[in-house]
Amino acid sequence: MECATGELEDWDKHANSPPWPVGCDDPRWCQLMIGGFMAVGTPERVIDEIVRQNKRDLTVIANDTAAPGKGIGKLVEAKLLRKAIVSHIGLNPDTERQMLAGELEVELVPQGTLIERIRAGGTGLGGILTQTGIGTPVENGKQRIEVDGKSYLLETALRADFALVQAFLADYLGNLSYALTARNFNPVIAMAADIVIASADNVVPVGVISPDHVVTPAPVVDYLVANL
Amino acid sequence: MEPQTIIARRIAKELSPGMLVNLGIGIPTLVANHLPAGMHVFFQSENGLIGTGAPPEEGMAHPTLTDAAGRPVTALPGASTFDSAMSFGLIRGGHLDLTVLGGLQVDQAGRLANWMIPGKMVPGMGGAMDLVTGAKCVIVAMQHTAKGVSKVVKRCTLPITSTRPVDLVVTELAVIAFRDDRATLLETGPGVSTAQVVAATEAELSIPNQVPEMAL
Repeated sequence: MECATGELEDWDKHANSPPWPVGCDDPRWCQLMIGGFMAVGTPERVIDEIVRQNKRDLTVIANDTAAPGKGIGKLVEAKLLRKAIVSHIGLNPDTERQMLAGELEVELVPQGTLIERIRAGGTGLGGILTQTGIGTPVENGKQRIEVDGKSYLLETALRADFALVQAFLADYLGNLSYALTARNFNPVIAMAADIVIASADNVVPVGVISPDHVVTPAPVVDYLVANL
Repeated sequence: MEPQTIIARRIAKELSPGMLVNLGIGIPTLVANHLPAGMHVFFQSENGLIGTGAPPEEGMAHPTLTDAAGRPVTALPGASTFDSAMSFGLIRGGHLDLTVLGGLQVDQAGRLANWMIPGKMVPGMGGAMDLVTGAKCVIVAMQHTAKGVSKVVKRCTLPITSTRPVDLVVTELAVIAFRDDRATLLETGPGVSTAQVVAATEAELSIPNQVPEMAL
């Protein structure tokens, strides 16, 4: 893991050096998983940097598109998204407007199914079986599988080029722990992307986070941005 | 009494000590205000919290302590936080005793529609499909009619949330139970007659000889 603990320009330098396009030949078409639930637990500075660099035609996989001016809402506002795979857009009128205008494709996924598809993608599974969505529009085009007399939908795994993770504590190796309800999708997406960029409110020396309290182990984190 | 207050007070009577309960946005949230003093119930916010407490006093909001609508909440002593996979594992895995959700329509087979109006409102299902499919008990909290039109219908015209029938619908006019593909009128609202409920309801109701008034 490389650390960029100073100004964001440091991170910018790293971000534009070879690792940025790895797993994503044209950075314009990247798939990003972004942590946060209504922007709580979203790495705002990384979002701001994407807006500044004007990375376009992005696919975002996240719980929701937040609200205008907040978290993923900033990417929507800047019209940087081509597609959003999310469970909820109801609190962001920009998303709805762009969706109805045909500028932004929105795939709505039940929240519990979405997080399990990501978990599957991060843990080497091809997908999961769930009863959620059976007999609703969510079932369209999906395979039903019987197990012990019960019907389930086959929901396939999701992975992305980048995961943008917000942590509360990080040590210099990249071990992460999270704060309260800012945890949400973060530790799960940290497993499911080729490049994991973690932003932390506090960066502490190795050993400060007790092994029992590390939620995301250092080896899965590629880059660390300190929110100093 | 306001319709919302009648509904919330009646649903609060379904809670018992130690239950794990998820309250949706809107009328369901009000249920927490009507618990008997001293009763301890675990409230879950599906964004990753058990032990959700009342909204904080002004100036005391914590930026990373929020409910499933992103609003500041408090955490009661004994609270726990976890990621979304754990949160929905609790919901689907049979650990959630009760979920209370809002509704757009419920049909006489107990099927709920509450996540979209095609062409008009497409907010997304959020956690609703998992909650209705997975919770041990599902109660819908909604007003009986919208602009004079019954929300308890013969068959949902809106896209349904789950094929799993809800257990109870509580409105300001009635408590209706759904068992064996039938809608049974269990109670009427304060000062409401059985005939008034029938007149305001599109669904066919099965009506026992005795239908008591809600005890609030």
